[in-house]
Amino acid sequence: MFIVKYIKEVWGAVRSLLKGMRMTGYYFTHHKEIITQQYPDNKAILNLPERFKGEVVMPHNENNEHACTGCTACELACPNGTIKVITKFEIMPDGKKKKAIDKLVYHLELCTMCNLCIIACPTDAIKMAQTFEHSVFDRNQLTKILNNPGSKIREGVE
Amino acid sequence: MYRQTEIIKDSSEVSPGGGDLEEGGGAEFVINVGPQHPATHGVLHLVITLNGETIKKVEPHLGFIHRSIEKMCESLTYRQFIYVTSRMDYLSSHINNHGCALCVEKGLQVEIPPRAQVIRVIMDELTRIASHELWWGAMAMDLGAFTPFFHAFRERETINDIMEETCGARLTMNYMVPGGVMADIHPNFQKRVKDFIILFKSKVDEYDELVTGNVIFRNRMKGVGFLSKEDAISYGCTGPTARGSTASCDIRKLYPYEVYDKVEFEEILETGCDSFARYMVRIRELRQSIKIIEQLIDNIPEGDFQAKTKAVLKLPKGEFYSRVETARGEFGVYIVSEGGATPYRIRFRSPGFSNLSALDHMIRGGKIGDLIAAMGTLDLVIPDIDR
Repeated sequence: MFIVKYIKEVWGAVRSLLKGMRMTGYYFTHHKEIITQQYPDNKAILNLPERFKGEVVMPHNENNEHACTGCTACELACPNGTIKVITKFEIMPDGKKKKAIDKLVYHLELCTMCNLCIIACPTDAIKMAQTFEHSVFDRNQLTKILNNPGSKIREGVE
Repeated sequence: MYRQTEIIKDSSEVSPGGGDLEEGGGAEFVINVGPQHPATHGVLHLVITLNGETIKKVEPHLGFIHRSIEKMCESLTYRQFIYVTSRMDYLSSHINNHGCALCVEKGLQVEIPPRAQVIRVIMDELTRIASHELWWGAMAMDLGAFTPFFHAFRERETINDIMEETCGARLTMNYMVPGGVMADIHPNFQKRVKDFIILFKSKVDEYDELVTGNVIFRNRMKGVGFLSKEDAISYGCTGPTARGSTASCDIRKLYPYEVYDKVEFEEILETGCDSFARYMVRIRELRQSIKIIEQLIDNIPEGDFQAKTKAVLKLPKGEFYSRVETARGEFGVYIVSEGGATPYRIRFRSPGFSNLSALDHMIRGGKIGDLIAAMGTLDLVIPDIDR
């Protein structure tokens, strides 16, 4: 009986190995099931979803106008001190002073893409972009100023 | 080579560098398993005292990836501190965030809309599947099988794509906010999850065929790393590690949160108490997670995805504790509030630390090759242990 048990065990072991090899053989002969993509070559078909959190950007319209009022809600919402809003006072044509942003400094090197600044913004002035290639040669290049030079606040945004 | 300060000495004769290989020969050899370097995050350094090939003592060295997350959370508001917990157990970051959000909601006494509850549970289960898959691949690689790693990552990629579309990120999603979820699900979400379920059901059978039935794998797993039920409980093991030793500890069953008391699933218990039992618990849990998602994916109720909360969240004075079941075990969040906008004290109970503490007991007296097998079945995530 020992011999029978021994042979059964050996047969079971060989069968289990062959089963695994069958799986390997299947994928060896079915090239279409291989889904690996080579990264820099697949850029044309690499479409990231619109919700992908790549970096914070401030969209401007064609007149170089943005929607940021300088309320610093994003600065307060950020857990890492990534965003720094520097405000200034603009003198309006009617002589009144109005608060506006001078610079919106964004430290990409500190950002964890948690999306809290985007949902905190009351005027939807900032949004997440789908870029992901952030490597630069100098660390200083990661500190970005989000508003374009000479940009103004859009009419009607309070 | 690092030599630990305290070495067990059986006899006075210690020959340097190995020596007598016979059992009880008195010779000891200290070997360091695992690298440690600030740049290689998430590695475990074990100092092992050997007698020949027999392990006399295993001492994990922790602290290399300590980031003082608990202290960091004390300076962040109740909305902000949730994202940090994704960096603890990064493979079940959704579930960590879920636990924190639950604790804050407990203090705020807000009711979560049913839609948000269902979305949260679906996301949790998808995360659990992704985590178990990565574990399956990595554990097979620990034992020298390289192919399962690619098989596991192929299906995990599908989950990552679903997460990317709805949450905006692949690993550290930060999708849970106090009061619900950050955004509504993507219009494609339900269709893609259904496709994934169909795909995944056939692939689990493939996993069984490739690894579970393999004779080499079975022989290396069975009877190795024995952990009795009493020991599992006394070491504080939770999750699949304890359930492989028949200790019932599924938080989803014992203390149901969200909609877990309305869905049908069974708590997986294995009686083997060895490495293979822990392996089987996880493989069977994959099927249970699919079962939960199947029940919920067609029944996402309409409504808000987020309850209305104040702009600045302030918890009343007191102590709050909530727990969730991550892929590794019980994750607890303990908040002490003084009534302000930031917590006075936060403490996380992470499953990895307790599970690791059982390793020495589990493997003492075994062979060094079995150490890797037993450690693989614990499913350790080092940032979770060190925090």
